[in-house]
Amino acid sequence: MTYSGLRLIREALTGHRGWKPAWRDAAPRASYDYVIVGGGGHGLATAHYLARTYRKARIAVLEKGWIGGGNVGRNTTIIRSNYLLPGNEAFYELSMTLWESLEQELNYNAMVSQRGIMNLIHSDAQRDAYRRRGNAMILHGADAELLDAGQVRREAPFLDFGNARFPIRGALVQRRAGTARHDAVAWGYARSADRHGVDIIQNCEVTGFDIAHGRVRAVETTRGRIGAGTVGVAVAGSSSRVMALAGLRLPIESHVLQAFVTEGLKPVLPGVITFGAGHFYVSQSDKGGLVFGGDIDGYNSYAQRGNLPVVEDVCEGGMAVMPMIGRARLLRMWGGVMDMTMDGSPIIDRTSVDGLFFNGGWCYGGFKATPASGLAFAHLLATGEPHATARAFRFDRFSTGRMIDEKGAGAQPNLH
Amino acid sequence: MIIPHPLLGPRDAREFVYLGDAALLDRPDGLAADADRLFHDYLYLRDNPAGIHRELWFHEHGDRSWLVVTRDTVTHAILKAELAGDVARKRRANG
Repeated sequence: MTYSGLRLIREALTGHRGWKPAWRDAAPRASYDYVIVGGGGHGLATAHYLARTYRKARIAVLEKGWIGGGNVGRNTTIIRSNYLLPGNEAFYELSMTLWESLEQELNYNAMVSQRGIMNLIHSDAQRDAYRRRGNAMILHGADAELLDAGQVRREAPFLDFGNARFPIRGALVQRRAGTARHDAVAWGYARSADRHGVDIIQNCEVTGFDIAHGRVRAVETTRGRIGAGTVGVAVAGSSSRVMALAGLRLPIESHVLQAFVTEGLKPVLPGVITFGAGHFYVSQSDKGGLVFGGDIDGYNSYAQRGNLPVVEDVCEGGMAVMPMIGRARLLRMWGGVMDMTMDGSPIIDRTSVDGLFFNGGWCYGGFKATPASGLAFAHLLATGEPHATARAFRFDRFSTGRMIDEKGAGAQPNLH
Repeated sequence: MIIPHPLLGPRDAREFVYLGDAALLDRPDGLAADADRLFHDYLYLRDNPAGIHRELWFHEHGDRSWLVVTRDTVTHAILKAELAGDVARKRRANG
């Protein structure tokens, strides 16, 4: 069923009795050509592009719970492509362009809103760094704008311009950045994949891989054995657990990242704002809540909740840059489990097991990458070759010294 | 999280800095024939278990000792804390 204004009117006149479920609740078949493990944003996007762009058939997505129930439903919904390094920027800019046409491609309202992102600048050195970043973005075909303090004040007069410790000197702005409705992204990809014949199998946890002579033949699941020609694992948050079933160790630690949302308020924020002197980012949802977050807690964790010291740290960042947030009441706070890689960049690569491919290590930048991650992973699964924009996201970059350390810091799993 | 420091009693985890898996105590031999591979695995690869995890915490805002803390990564329950020096000495004594 294609969604349209006409359809909506017809359904409104006939009591909304014609709507069908957006995807089938499929039961597993004995075997598939492609099995994608993980029914989150990245897994569902992979299935969509594999079926639609690469014209592959006999595809299943296996999800241990319900689709979209993991990190795609727990993030702060920001989309942007303001990266610096060559290995990253082309990929994230591809993702940004895919966001711009996502709703038309999926025939689904993902509420993509290009309301812009403003990275605040608090020192001369930071202005130099952001000017360089902005130039790198423009060289890769993205948009970037450098604002001075007066321009920032005109766009966001509520910021604390009198703060002596963290003065606001300007901002790097990407106007095409913004937010998207995270759940709708998962549902839109699921619906489109389903319409292209993909079986979405929920409550089906992978418990093992059948590997013979170095090649994967099937996955063992809680709903039985499923034969597979090619297996793609996209389970960020649980990557180490799932890949351990295939005997692989990853350059990943799992950490908890907390996020927060206030009660609904009238429109106060023009777009996404990030504090450059601490770590704090905030946007306003269409429902009116201020959605914000900061750093990871900093210790290995699979608990989807964090501790109070980081809550305090995040709120201090918020108060330092935007004192009015102190008047808002917190409605909810929650945690998500992040695949933190040792250089802060993701992995989309083949593994040492033939036919077994891996997509993960998204640290806490996975949501904005969803479309490009799905496209690049589908390309890898369909052709066996890395997508042109994702060539740097290799496992062996740690042994060859080709780390993508966007933050300019060395090997530790505490980066973006 | 409260860490039961073996010398100082219960201390708030925010007094500590976290390093990671206590396997980092077992530094590979830099002169081994395959030292490249050993150091790659040592520096970058992790078991990253969901459940019981032995890990290194540094008492930065305290007595500046290194501890090996046994903690459940699913519940955040802390089960045990030992001085890292004691752990290392015990391992050496056991060969």
